[in-house]
Amino acid sequence: MKLAELIDKLELEIITADSLDREVKGVYIGDLLSNVMAKAEADMIWITIQGHQNVVAVALLTGVTAVIVAEDFQIEEAAIKRAREEGVNLLRSPKTAYQLASELAKLGI
Amino acid sequence: MKEQMILKSRIEKGDFNRGGENSSKLKELLRKLGVTADINRRVTIVTYELEMNIIIHSDGGGINVYVTPDAVKVVAEDSGPGIEDLEKALQPGYSTANDEIRNMGFGAGMGLNNVEYFSDELEIDTGPGKRTRITAVINL
Repeated sequence: MKLAELIDKLELEIITADSLDREVKGVYIGDLLSNVMAKAEADMIWITIQGHQNVVAVALLTGVTAVIVAEDFQIEEAAIKRAREEGVNLLRSPKTAYQLASELAKLGI
Repeated sequence: MKEQMILKSRIEKGDFNRGGENSSKLKELLRKLGVTADINRRVTIVTYELEMNIIIHSDGGGINVYVTPDAVKVVAEDSGPGIEDLEKALQPGYSTANDEIRNMGFGAGMGLNNVEYFSDELEIDTGPGKRTRITAVINL
């Protein structure tokens, strides 16, 4: 599924959008960055409650399609700026990671 | 065969804002050199963890990366204060990071384990009050 379609279906808030035509293949949920580095893979969706600059770095390094910040956690201005500069798709939702994951599973991801 | 340096960087203590910068640069360099995505991922993870360790735990240091026809070698060196108990530091979940750092999602005690897991060879030269030099080799 393309990211644009997924954003629409899950009613995600777009914080920064760079490449909404990218494919989504799988999901990883985590807030400990070392675990995310080790387990998240390219083209996945990464769901987290972290909203600082290093999230953008980890998103770039893992090559995930997008980051969804769950439970409407605050995202630092510097992180938004960096995501925009580096071309990272940064999204947000009031839903919990579990709710998001359930919906993604229903969509076959 | 002679090795060639492809990245040379200085990393400041506490410079979280630039965390991951060197790993990103390296990932792009290796991609251009035609290194496979899988090897690139492993080198990137190792470099990122070593980079963050210097930022979180050291008084500052740097990372140099070398390539040979057979391997990528990542060398992280800092000016101290050294790892007090290396055996403990290598245990999954063990960390000396403070709460502020943990709240950012670091200090989970998985950094060095990731380095160990994703490297083919690992050499750690450290000790209390000493500089730390870590050499990680990832075979091509």
